[in-house]
Amino acid sequence: MRLLPVVITTAGLAVAAPAFAADLSVSVEIPRLNTAAYHRPYVAVWIEKPDQTAERTLAVWYQQTRNNEGDGKDWLKDLRTWWRKGGRAMTLPADGVSGATRAPGRQTVTVPAARLNGLQPGQYNLVVEAARELGGREVVRVPFRWGAANTADASGSSELGAVRVTVSR
Amino acid sequence: MKKTFAFLTLAAVLAAPMAAQAHRAWMAPTATTLSGNDAWVGFDAGMSNQVFNPDHAAMRMTGLTITAPDGSAVQPEHAMQGQYRSTFDVHLTQNGTYKVANVMNGFMASYKLNGEQKRWRGAAAEFPAALPEGATDVQATRTASRIETFVTLNNPTDTVFTTTGEGLEMVPVTHPNDLVVGEPASFKLLKDGQPAGGLEVTVARGGLRYRDNPEESTVTTGADGAFTVTWPEAGMYWLNASVRTEGQGDTPGSNASYVAAVEVLP
Repeated sequence: MRLLPVVITTAGLAVAAPAFAADLSVSVEIPRLNTAAYHRPYVAVWIEKPDQTAERTLAVWYQQTRNNEGDGKDWLKDLRTWWRKGGRAMTLPADGVSGATRAPGRQTVTVPAARLNGLQPGQYNLVVEAARELGGREVVRVPFRWGAANTADASGSSELGAVRVTVSR
Repeated sequence: MKKTFAFLTLAAVLAAPMAAQAHRAWMAPTATTLSGNDAWVGFDAGMSNQVFNPDHAAMRMTGLTITAPDGSAVQPEHAMQGQYRSTFDVHLTQNGTYKVANVMNGFMASYKLNGEQKRWRGAAAEFPAALPEGATDVQATRTASRIETFVTLNNPTDTVFTTTGEGLEMVPVTHPNDLVVGEPASFKLLKDGQPAGGLEVTVARGGLRYRDNPEESTVTTGADGAFTVTWPEAGMYWLNASVRTEGQGDTPGSNASYVAAVEVLP
């Protein structure tokens, strides 16, 4: 695991495709919300089978530290869907999966081919869930095909914007 | 703990069946699904017409038993009794599922003394010696009341689902902290350790003050004691069943009731 770092870059950097060929790339738009008390959302990105059972978690963005309100992990359960379908069974922080919360804008998760070795070709959903302190929660599912190059899009309406999945093989 | 909660409302839970039907006993957690290194959960317990709305009587908590995932007993903290509800906190320090139960098993008898109807309540061992000389028309009933709920820190476990074989108990088939709208959930009821078939289970959702329709339903257990609920909406749900058997001759009757509060997430 330690030998296979996940490259999580901003959208701008991801365009310059790295030499080790990213196989699965997810771009997630975190909307800029004009509210009195904005906190960056907790976000989970995972792959699930068509029956909605979790296949694997690709990224979880949450507060990595403890402050006077508590430990960042205290609110992971607010990513309700992800928490129930697999998050609660994980040991966090997890190498290449956990990360700090992201700012509004387009954020990209790029997963190198080697990390998806065991993923059988077929139909999957890429799921993104966002939950925000003093805000709402939203889950966006993007059906995509693993095994051939394709792109798939979906969009959220409140806590998430456009989500794009790119399989390059 | 025992001193903090006054002898207030035993009657509503254990005694007159009419009273038990008029007011519902409940114990509700402030949260059921927690994450992090440790967590605190608060509990309210009372008797009221509308479940989880404290407006009638606080619950007597002498039978409170909190079981941690490793089987050890946990002490409640910050316990107090209000007018309409008893409250306490539990500090979750272990990963897994905790069972929080208020269990009251006892014995009661009605009898006549000098033509006057009397009632006695106590432990089974004290009967019949505790009845006064000259008591006639003695009718004895064994009572067992279990009011419980479950909370989980991080990944759910099932170590606390073991039963005692006394009274009405529930064995989850679906984990009680893994309930979501639209998905069926199954549970099994046991009476004195045996499958309790043909029992009517009441399913009531909290928050009735903010809607007009009670939206209450009932479901009957199968021969194996199992029943299934598909949750129509998110919320805190109250599950209740009770079973009575009449006494025969020297064999006392029995009155067993079970209540659980389970949270259904959207």
